[in-house]
Amino acid sequence: METIESDVVIVGAGGAGLRAAIALAEADPGLRISLLSKVYPMRSHTCAAEGGAAGVARSDDSMDLHFGDTVGGGDWLCDQDAVEFFINEAPKELTRLEHWGCPWSRETDGSVGVRPFGGMKIKRTWFAADKTGFHLLHTLFQTSLKFESIRRFDEVFTTDLLVSDGRIQGCCAVEMRTGEMKQFLAPAVILCTGGAGRIFPFTTNGAIKTGDGMALAYRAGVPLKDMEFVQYHPTGLPATGILLTEGCRGEGGVLRNKDGYRYLQDYGMGPETPLGEPVLKTMELGPRDRLSQAFWQEQKKGNTVPTKWGDCVLLDMTHLGEARILERLPFVHELAHAYAGVDIVKEAVPIRPVVHYMMGGIHTDINAATPLPGLFAAGECACVSINGANRLGSNSLTELLVFGKRAAESAVKYVRSGTTKVDRAAADQQANAAEARVQALFDRPESTETMTAVRNEMTHAMETGAGIYREEAMLKDTADALAKLRQRQTSIALRDKSKVFNTEFTQLVELGCMLDVAQAVAVSALARKESRGSHQRLDHVERDDETFLKHSMAHYQGEDAPRMDYLDVVITKSRPGVRDYSGAKS
Amino acid sequence: MSQRQITFEILRYDPETETEPRFQAYCVPCEEEWVVLDALNYIKDTLDGTLNYRWSCHMAVCGSCGMMINGEPMLSCKAFIRDLPAGTIKVEPLYHFPIERDLVVVLDDFMDKLESVKPYVIPKKQRPIEDGPYKQTPKQLHQYQQYSMCINCLLCYAACPQYGLTPEFIGPAALALTHRYNLDSRDKGRRQRQEVVATHEGVWECSFVGACSEVCPKDVDPAGAIQQMKIASTADWYLEHLMPWRRS
Repeated sequence: METIESDVVIVGAGGAGLRAAIALAEADPGLRISLLSKVYPMRSHTCAAEGGAAGVARSDDSMDLHFGDTVGGGDWLCDQDAVEFFINEAPKELTRLEHWGCPWSRETDGSVGVRPFGGMKIKRTWFAADKTGFHLLHTLFQTSLKFESIRRFDEVFTTDLLVSDGRIQGCCAVEMRTGEMKQFLAPAVILCTGGAGRIFPFTTNGAIKTGDGMALAYRAGVPLKDMEFVQYHPTGLPATGILLTEGCRGEGGVLRNKDGYRYLQDYGMGPETPLGEPVLKTMELGPRDRLSQAFWQEQKKGNTVPTKWGDCVLLDMTHLGEARILERLPFVHELAHAYAGVDIVKEAVPIRPVVHYMMGGIHTDINAATPLPGLFAAGECACVSINGANRLGSNSLTELLVFGKRAAESAVKYVRSGTTKVDRAAADQQANAAEARVQALFDRPESTETMTAVRNEMTHAMETGAGIYREEAMLKDTADALAKLRQRQTSIALRDKSKVFNTEFTQLVELGCMLDVAQAVAVSALARKESRGSHQRLDHVERDDETFLKHSMAHYQGEDAPRMDYLDVVITKSRPGVRDYSGAKS
Repeated sequence: MSQRQITFEILRYDPETETEPRFQAYCVPCEEEWVVLDALNYIKDTLDGTLNYRWSCHMAVCGSCGMMINGEPMLSCKAFIRDLPAGTIKVEPLYHFPIERDLVVVLDDFMDKLESVKPYVIPKKQRPIEDGPYKQTPKQLHQYQQYSMCINCLLCYAACPQYGLTPEFIGPAALALTHRYNLDSRDKGRRQRQEVVATHEGVWECSFVGACSEVCPKDVDPAGAIQQMKIASTADWYLEHLMPWRRS
């Protein structure tokens, strides 16, 4: 087995991984950096983010306001010290991206433009038309090519973390081109593998978002934090789940039910605002959890529009005019036309809530460090938590920059602390065991079990029991179903025996990761007997700060369901209050 | 629901067991609104798990799923079956690249070329973060914006006859990105990039067939970028040879 020795290994080369790699290379050109990805960096799902990245930019905005919007938006489950650090770093990181060439949209005087987003009191979303994630990813990737010390390993699939002596020692990964296992030895590993939206049937997430890094850390003994908090984006195209950015509403788009009525005013987000004059933190500019929940209520009342792909409501942008749509929302225009056959200039487009983002993830602290020495995590796979129970739109792109860099700085500090010598013998032994486990997948006896059946039943169970609204009995059914599916997947046999670019093999490993992550979501949701942010329980409708102003921590227990315990939320200056998105206030 | 049975002829190749590619036919019940990628996923999930291809976003932005569909380079996630002629649909890996497995091609050559053109801002001097963002007017942004839309899907390389004949040619996408940075008001690196692109393997290899721009799913217009760079390179030559005092 080939061994590659580095100082820091980064797993995942999307926004967070690339930002971390650049920060490492800038910190010390002598550092040996290995950047692993199961795809090419520019294929990473960061590219699909559309709307923008939040950071205080205007003189009428302030760090306090961004702090307040984020903490209130997160229903007070955010760690406030981390939020404060995050918002302070945000403008610097977005400026850095600007210096690296990100084509931010501009005001006529040449300054960077900002657009309104949901749950924000002041406009602070930097945007590059409606392809912000795409431009951010390509800017980072292309900038990373400057640094010779960043050694890339593209299409290399990480299967295991190497851990001994209570510390990280590196990881093992299969080179997809050859099927060969490689051992990456390093005293520090940064996981930047993104989310796990694929555990649900209807998601904006690309095929690669299978929670691999979350599962790797979880199995290595690092708890998964706040996994029950799953964000539904209110405006996805039916059938495909393609995202139409929140920028649609930021620019003035409105939501209507089957009668053309702007129903959000019935759910505490009114009064109705004049058409074409969006009011911040009101109606369509309420937060994502509230909007998705309002859809569910309208559906119950029979006010949605039936379509071939399920019930929808209508996103109406026709009053914006063609010029503004083409300037600010060209991608939405293209996507709605291609995938829904709708010209948004002329007609409203049917949309419905769609699974978009995991607020939960690998437990990290404000330094992006996990409890396992040497292991760091950043981006969607991590949970610091700055997002609490509901992430504000446009905080995640900024988060991957701020904490990607932070993870790199923490890793450098850790590597330089000198206590980090790799235990070669233990690492070799684990790598050989990992290779044997991979081979065992190929050697499984034939069976009637199929990957497709297990995956479909998993996503169905998640949608049924762990969707927008949840309750005890259905969550139990989901958790039971997942426990059985975890068993069943151990008998799936590979029909493709080739070593070369075998996606049946990678899909099987991904399925194992998704099942572990899905179980953590369901069990965490079952245990949280309150409603907060995106986690809404029909049988526990109130927020319960007495018992649950705490982070859920799911601990891996092998074949059994995870063990749950709880960690206090860091409150520095904002006591839990009422989330008010009615236009009645200032 | 209107379903249609459609036959897909798909190129298969496993270098471990086969000496050359072959075609395999699959009959797929296609929904009206499907794209070719949906049919490939149906095959993978229900008919034949050994079929391999790249895909992720299913919204024409990650650039993974470029392939030849009835001989044309297309993103399979944007190739609507209803828009294709009736009859068998032929699916092959992108032309002009070595086949790694089935519909998966080897991308090393493009990745090397992309790196060679220095696709990043080279400022005159490092701007401190405290100085804030550069000013860039909407007009200055518009100068290069189109060329920044490249998703690296490589349809243009599969369409380019010159790249097929002369693999040394840097090619459309990498040259369009070169132009993108040359035109960016924040960048001062054009001369460094000229060393690579104003060569025989650079812009002068292009015979201006324009196929690259026709197949581009993001309207980047690499052909236009290359022609503009030829003009700029010619101007450079005249300045250097006829007015040497103009060069500092």
